[in-house]
Amino acid sequence: MSTRLASKGRLVDTSKAISFSFNGKNLRGYAGDTLASALLANDQMLVGRSFKYHRPRGIVSAGPEEPNALMNMGEGAFFEPNQRATTTLLFDGLKAESQNHWPSLEFDVGAINSKLSRFLPAGFYYKMFIYPRPFWKHVYEPIIRKSAGLGKAPIGRDGDTYEHFHAHVDVMVVGGGIAGLSSALAAARAGARVLLTEQTAAWGGRAAVDEPQIDGMKATAWIDQTVAELAAMKNVTMRLNCMGAGVYDHGYILAYEQLNEGGTDAPRHRLWRVRAKQVITATGAIERPLSFSGNDLPGVLLAAAVRDYVVNFGVSIGDRTVVVTNNDDAYRTALVLKKAGLSVPAIIDARPDADGPLAKAARDAGIRVETGKGIAEVKGGKRVTAVTICGQAGEGAVVETIECDCVAMSGGWSPVVHLWSHCGGKLNWDADQAMFRPDEQRPPTDGNGSGFVIPAGIANGHLFTTDVLTNGFAAGQTAATAAGAKGKVGKGPEGYDEAQEPIVPVWLMPQGASHELRSKAWLDFQNDVKVSDVQLAAQEGFESVEHTKRYTTLGMATDQGKLSNINGLAVLSKALNADIPDVGTTTFRPPYTPISMGAITGAARDELFQPIRKTPMYDWHAENGADFEPVGQWRRPYAYIRGDETVHDAVNREVTQTRDSLGLLDASTLGKIVVSGPDAGQFLDMMYTNLMSSLPVGKCRYGLMCTENGFLMDDGVVARIDDQTWLCHTTTGGADSIHAWMEDWLQCEWWDWKVYVSNVTEQFAQVAVVGPNARKVLEKLGGMDVSKDALPFMQWRDGTLGDFKVRVYRISFSGELSYEVAVDAGQGRAFWDALLDAGAEFDVMPYGTEALHIMRAEKGFIMIGDETDGTVIPQDLNMQWALSKKKADYLGKRAQERSHMADPNRWKLVGLETLDGSVLPDGAYAIADSINENGQENTEGRVTSTYYSPTLKRGIAMGLVHKGPDRMGDTLRFTNIGGEPIEAKIVDQVFYDKAGEKQDV
Amino acid sequence: MLTLHCPYCGVDADETDLHAGGEAHLTRFGPGASDDDFEGYLFTRKNPKGVHFERWRHAYGCGKWFLAARCTATLEVFATYSAQTVAPPADVRAAITAKRPDWSWGDLS
Repeated sequence: MSTRLASKGRLVDTSKAISFSFNGKNLRGYAGDTLASALLANDQMLVGRSFKYHRPRGIVSAGPEEPNALMNMGEGAFFEPNQRATTTLLFDGLKAESQNHWPSLEFDVGAINSKLSRFLPAGFYYKMFIYPRPFWKHVYEPIIRKSAGLGKAPIGRDGDTYEHFHAHVDVMVVGGGIAGLSSALAAARAGARVLLTEQTAAWGGRAAVDEPQIDGMKATAWIDQTVAELAAMKNVTMRLNCMGAGVYDHGYILAYEQLNEGGTDAPRHRLWRVRAKQVITATGAIERPLSFSGNDLPGVLLAAAVRDYVVNFGVSIGDRTVVVTNNDDAYRTALVLKKAGLSVPAIIDARPDADGPLAKAARDAGIRVETGKGIAEVKGGKRVTAVTICGQAGEGAVVETIECDCVAMSGGWSPVVHLWSHCGGKLNWDADQAMFRPDEQRPPTDGNGSGFVIPAGIANGHLFTTDVLTNGFAAGQTAATAAGAKGKVGKGPEGYDEAQEPIVPVWLMPQGASHELRSKAWLDFQNDVKVSDVQLAAQEGFESVEHTKRYTTLGMATDQGKLSNINGLAVLSKALNADIPDVGTTTFRPPYTPISMGAITGAARDELFQPIRKTPMYDWHAENGADFEPVGQWRRPYAYIRGDETVHDAVNREVTQTRDSLGLLDASTLGKIVVSGPDAGQFLDMMYTNLMSSLPVGKCRYGLMCTENGFLMDDGVVARIDDQTWLCHTTTGGADSIHAWMEDWLQCEWWDWKVYVSNVTEQFAQVAVVGPNARKVLEKLGGMDVSKDALPFMQWRDGTLGDFKVRVYRISFSGELSYEVAVDAGQGRAFWDALLDAGAEFDVMPYGTEALHIMRAEKGFIMIGDETDGTVIPQDLNMQWALSKKKADYLGKRAQERSHMADPNRWKLVGLETLDGSVLPDGAYAIADSINENGQENTEGRVTSTYYSPTLKRGIAMGLVHKGPDRMGDTLRFTNIGGEPIEAKIVDQVFYDKAGEKQDV
Repeated sequence: MLTLHCPYCGVDADETDLHAGGEAHLTRFGPGASDDDFEGYLFTRKNPKGVHFERWRHAYGCGKWFLAARCTATLEVFATYSAQTVAPPADVRAAITAKRPDWSWGDLS
């Protein structure tokens, strides 16, 4: 069994007990425990089921590489799936549940898949579910969906808060082991601004466990001393529990800091968004498993993890541990176990000889060392019970069975090259050490073309303390120099190592393992990929490592193959008879380990998700029943709901009252762009399709804007303010983009033209005063003359109304007598209130955007975004009158000369009137009397705007129809989803006051 | 996440502050232009692996457009310069040649 030892762990504080629960069971751990160490201390070896075969899974590692111990954690608003037990610090009240099992962890029905494994080979998704076709939708997919995915999706909102933190530093050091500490020391002494991050809760990395000698003292003493020196320097920022997640272009780095768990008010995670001149990746190495039959059983762990649990947490995995290895490092585990009073029946070393100091120490400690041997098979069900031993060189003939309850395996070490590789750092295969390591000659490059990432320590392939320290210190110095820091760095730390004998790569144990053994030798524990699967993929022609990965799902689980990738590609290269470097690695992509969605979001939620633009009258709208709709980032009232009426009722009431008496529209959101300067007229003649330079001062003109592709982009009324100044109204959504569009042309094409453009949209509140009583209400406010003679249709005047300084435009988008009155934004609400007071006797009614749309549609006015969709030219809308023939050029003119644009077969705008008075569905297509080559009905038009007209008391619509204007009176059939087609007649698009008499009174 | 130096306001701007505007140094063709010229102006864009000239706007900064000479493969930035130029100035071309002696871009090299 696994249990807490009497000898205290380095990191745990046994005076502080912590209670937590696993699968509903209440358990106890200590401060400093990870969830994994606390579970193991409570003999909870079985922590989950594998993805495909639902095999029992135990904790394999003690770090971020853990593939198995993934938990559903927390409850309700604080629930999150796939939390890694090995990197989760224990906190009081933590609730964890194992994943991927049904009905229970101990008894799992899906485990039957394991018995069927010969029917679930590599690529089985692709092979199994092709025939019969209907089975995919009705049988296979529902079953796969039910069994796919680890953990449960959270329901509802996340109760925690998160934040982003921006930092600019000279040197960022990722990794707080002795390499990272050395790097930070050198860089900081040189005077560079340093950010040092460590993903675990403690400094020192592996050295703190293995305690080599540094500068004549134990490593932990040196670590404490160095951390203290760094902490005292003002130019150094240090963070524990902060993982370097990704390295991106031009020295951008994301780091993920875990702050507070357990539903506190403080932020749970912090995402560091760092710009660094230089990045040092002192990210350490990950131990590789060995591939032997049954290596996935609970109780089989990485050798270094076994000693981590003993040294750091005072937890033993088992009483009798067999160590199996191909290198010297695993001997340290045997020695640590022995020292802790635990039994090590044998060290199984695949190498022919083991005579170095570590092997000697093991023998001296009375441990039996078997060289040239391997594990044939691990025995046991939910827990290791024994291993059978065989010759490594053979096919697995068993020579001996050794009872044990733990297997500590080591296949060598792989440098963590992820962050080096994210932004393009290249790797070399180091055959002597059997590892991919960074090629320092080919680093990721920054904006100057210089390398900006420096690997350090084990992450750079230096396995010995001496080299780790030297390399780390040198990296810090190099980075500081590159970042411009020139201070003296002094003497670097010196380490001491015992001699070690070289690793002998072992990619399969035993070397000639039978198919039966190979099909139980796991490469990827989480996704259930075995040696036999990769060999099958190679046999089936998958030669690229990237293809093999996707075909077998090797390395595609949430651990991203941290344990499996190198072993997998070694097996693949062997099967392909190629060298490992020729097969290559899969691509390393950020983040290094998964980071929370909350951290990515940061504070950008609720009101901070996106800024909402509000007009000066917004509060009045909100207090008076406004049903808001988003228009760009604005919120505009769709209609104002009174009492129990429906939205539809409200819209009809607003239209009717405006047509009968008086309505008000908050038109403040319409874009207002001032264009001025000696060349402003010439510039506007290019921007608009019509002639704006000839517009007399005091007058208004409706204009169209097209893209260079000829398509209609925006429209609005332009007012000539003075000799050199025009005010251009744009659509609400178009204000910012049209302003940017104008700037683009002025800065990049006609930079010699003397024009100044300013977006003054928010400087003014604007109210449309609309209806037969519009003039009366303005006259009641008093001030300027707003009579027909003094202020004719399509003109504007400055003046006063009541106490307000105003600019009044006599323009109409409704067909009624209408004044659009602009006041300073700060006066907007007061002016609105004054109009409501003065208008009370006329039953004044504010109206929303839907009433606005209906009234413009009754008048046959187009709306950008309804009648246009980026493929419509003004000619399609019969607006040739707005295309100046006097001008040699305007944006879009050349495009409109293209043959397709001039084609008489284009769909053109017409009015549509249903025969039965109903409202056509929006976007409905007109059905042509012909069939296309796929047997579908052809179309000959579509509805662009459709409303119920309360004025005419029937449906009205506009649409684009093939040769529409030539087909007045024809009846078309329109699609109607779920019903019979609807018949509608082609009519004039102006349904109301065709002569325009009402607006010009 | 590029960083580009805005030649107008002098800020080293983060990519999130910038708006990309596509290929630089286009010649506008208007009414009277041939179909081929107009097609080239409106649609045909270079897509080099290597040296490229691009338009960028310091959208969340000074608002000005500027031009950048950049390697699309390595993201090395050779120079940023005024948008009020019809072709890359000599010093920009020299800066590229210093790093990429064999560069070419359309008719330029």
